[in-house]
Amino acid sequence: MPNSRDPDVFRRDLLVSAAASAAVMTAPSLAGAQQAGSAVPAMKVSFTVNGKTRDLQVDTRTTLLDALRESLHLVGTKKGCDHGQCGACTVIVDGRRINSCLTLAVMHQGGSITTVEGLGTPDKLHPMQAAFVKHDGYQCGYCTPGQICSAVAVLGEIEAGIPSHVSTDLNVKPQATAAEFRERMSGNICRCGAYSNIVEAITEVAGRKA
Amino acid sequence: MKFDTPATTSPIDQLKVIGQPVDRIDGPMKTTGTAPYAYDRHDVVPNQAYGYVVGSAIAKGRIASINLTEAKAAPGVLAIVTAENAGKLGKGNFNVARLLGGPEIEHYHQAIALVVAQTFEQARAAAALVRVDYVRAQGAYDLAAAKDSGKPAPGFGGPADSAVGDFAGAFAAAPVQLDATYTTPDHAHAMMEPHASIAAWNGDKLMLWTSNQMIAWSVADMATTLGIAKDKVRLMSPFIGGGFGGKLWIRADALLAALGARAARRPVKVALTRPLMFNNTVHRPATIQRIRIGATKDGTITAIGHEGWSGDLPGGKPEAAVFQTRMLYAGANRLTTTRLSVLDLPEGNAMRAPGEAPGMMALEIAIDEMAEKLGLDPIEFRIRNDTQVDPEKPDRKFSQRQLTECLKSGAERFGWNKRDPQSGKVRDGRWLVGMGVAAAYRGAPVMKSAARVRLDSRGIVTVETDMTDIGTGSYTIIAQTAAEMMGLPLHKVVVRLGDSTYPVSCGSGGQWGANSATAGVYAACVKLREAVAQKLGLKGDAVFADGEVRSGDRRVPLAQAAGEAGLTAEDAIEFGDLAKKYQQATFGGHFVEVGVDAATAEVRVRRMLAVCAAGRILNPKSARSQVIGSMTMGIGAALMEDLVVDKRHGFFVNHDLASYEVPVHADIPHQEVVFLDETDPMSSPMKAKGVGELGICGVTAAVANAIHNATGVRVRDYPITLDKLLKELPEIG
Repeated sequence: MPNSRDPDVFRRDLLVSAAASAAVMTAPSLAGAQQAGSAVPAMKVSFTVNGKTRDLQVDTRTTLLDALRESLHLVGTKKGCDHGQCGACTVIVDGRRINSCLTLAVMHQGGSITTVEGLGTPDKLHPMQAAFVKHDGYQCGYCTPGQICSAVAVLGEIEAGIPSHVSTDLNVKPQATAAEFRERMSGNICRCGAYSNIVEAITEVAGRKA
Repeated sequence: MKFDTPATTSPIDQLKVIGQPVDRIDGPMKTTGTAPYAYDRHDVVPNQAYGYVVGSAIAKGRIASINLTEAKAAPGVLAIVTAENAGKLGKGNFNVARLLGGPEIEHYHQAIALVVAQTFEQARAAAALVRVDYVRAQGAYDLAAAKDSGKPAPGFGGPADSAVGDFAGAFAAAPVQLDATYTTPDHAHAMMEPHASIAAWNGDKLMLWTSNQMIAWSVADMATTLGIAKDKVRLMSPFIGGGFGGKLWIRADALLAALGARAARRPVKVALTRPLMFNNTVHRPATIQRIRIGATKDGTITAIGHEGWSGDLPGGKPEAAVFQTRMLYAGANRLTTTRLSVLDLPEGNAMRAPGEAPGMMALEIAIDEMAEKLGLDPIEFRIRNDTQVDPEKPDRKFSQRQLTECLKSGAERFGWNKRDPQSGKVRDGRWLVGMGVAAAYRGAPVMKSAARVRLDSRGIVTVETDMTDIGTGSYTIIAQTAAEMMGLPLHKVVVRLGDSTYPVSCGSGGQWGANSATAGVYAACVKLREAVAQKLGLKGDAVFADGEVRSGDRRVPLAQAAGEAGLTAEDAIEFGDLAKKYQQATFGGHFVEVGVDAATAEVRVRRMLAVCAAGRILNPKSARSQVIGSMTMGIGAALMEDLVVDKRHGFFVNHDLASYEVPVHADIPHQEVVFLDETDPMSSPMKAKGVGELGICGVTAAVANAIHNATGVRVRDYPITLDKLLKELPEIG
């Protein structure tokens, strides 16, 4: 598929400005002096991301979200609010979906993390990603990685018999219904309002599984 | 290409690709997290430092002193930008408040400093150490209190006031009258992607990767603000995580990233934090609206008056909530007024269907109320007062107006005949059930838009335009346009958007984007077809199909026609006065069924249908998404969205996504959308209009009317929350 952006355009500018900033950075700066003996509380942490072991030295204040985005450059996971109110940063950690902005990177020593990049690629989409494309389950695309990670985990939760607020009987395995999807997906906000299509995409994938 | 006569038949009408519900071409990128949004761009420039914005803690007044000592000494800090050290700054044409405040403060959370550090955590920690002493001044924060000081103010697309005939006399004489006042609160765009920018200076040239709907406007405003030439600013915004009008202009992230990068002498990235966005940026202003309608007993409107009040910072604009009332219904005697008061709240500005969205929230309840007074079905009342001409200028026809068809076909599809006109009569278990209807109306403005198309030796056409895709589907409909015009399959078209080095487009706003931007691409493709034909020495009968150009017996693959050097064409669509001669607008009917819990007054939207007539639908799949998204935002406006004003200190209290509630999955049922067959030859060669804002116009009132039908309670102050319903809800038990 033809790519809608041209990496060459950006690379050209990158080289020019990299040269410019490198020259500048040799000059002594306010920051240089003050960083000596900086009081940054750093720690080592090691976890796997999308099956790959990652060893990081991070500021202890760094969220898992920022470790993924800023340290590992896995920018598919989005920052929408940075305090657990929107779901754009949803990733799957040790089999459970979480808001990666609400947890610190150093809390995940030995953990196994799956991000949207670990589900599929443009050339080899995960069935949930393909269903989102087919049903137009997105518009601006910014909440989409979180929606997709959440949706994949939701099907797992239903499969595992975990009830939700709308499950009618706690003694009966919850069903893969639109009502269950809507309830369980409600931590993932889509301001563009693709909800109706997202539920159709999840329903299709759930049906295929069954 | 000048568009000044109605469109005739052209290759775009083949509808092989255009008009087809194809998947978005950027879908695989968006669903895999590989679409690059502004703050994601590690790839564009190395050595990026982090900026963190400090917002003003007062709404109005000035900074007496600002102490940066502790912040500067904090670990990792590279630079701190304030108005004191930023140098002389101008103000962009589209900004009302300054993007960097100080010493004068114009609104709460106006940016007053940017702390730049090696890491995000360091910048955030240091920002908390910036010590500011403020001198607070008295401000005006209460629209109701400031209302009577309002002055006439023109809005986008019309004068402040209009009058036809003798409104006062006709209203007084009307046998059936309605005089009601409605209020709509301030609304937040609350797009999912925070405003974000990465700035890098290359000598005296600024490169800005940002999230912005209007590239050329924003290049100009950036240059003006920084006091540099426009050609020193390059702006790139290939993916935008939602805008809804909130990213029409440059905001503090863009300016402060540029200033921070200059001060720190390295690239700087800045994103507004979510709690800052609500007061730092812009919002849809609250309105007070008085509507008076007079009619004969058979339901013919003889007088219709709509007065609107809103507030903004000095120099700001009104929320033009009365404009659609000039166009929507017939009636010989008419009055509209727009009054603007000074408020010292954050800047009010365009949000999805500015004017019409809140205007229709009020007008379409008023129509429902009037129908009830007349004992008429609200659909029948609307149809009786439909018009095919501009009611203020009867010589001016609508280019297309299928309002009646939208309402009639929607009624049939929705099962409107099952609605009990008596409110509060239908029960489904614990639910009081009701149906509501509203008309949808939104203008269809057009804007000049340019594009460049290049045919290369692989037979691939690349389209470049500074048009943006804010989730609307621009990438896809532009690719469909070029594919149709050049006789290529969709995968042979590459689309590049959102870069200020590309030809200037209409940008994304006012629901003009789809029609105008594709018309610009159409114009460029017409030129490219001419260039191909000329190069091959073909006459005017050349046909472009299946990757080749054909003339008589000759068939030449496009790749061969392009040759090694390729062929490039650039053109713009420019609009003549057809939009003045004919009123161009989009129409629809919204149908909503709600259940209201008889005990708690909890409202659940059970079913929704929108029937739209909006010219040619370029891609029914992405267009439908635009409409369901609007319907969803309309439910938000009906039931929950409300920026709550602290009238003592002058700010929006609920400035995050937990307290400014927007609809979530559980709030939204399956939504149905129907597009009526329509092509509008007056609108552009594409014969299209727009749908991105039509869907939010009227739907909120349809929810309100459904709640009234369910409960008998008429709420005129949005949002319709439980507390407003409960006190009047029928007794139970």
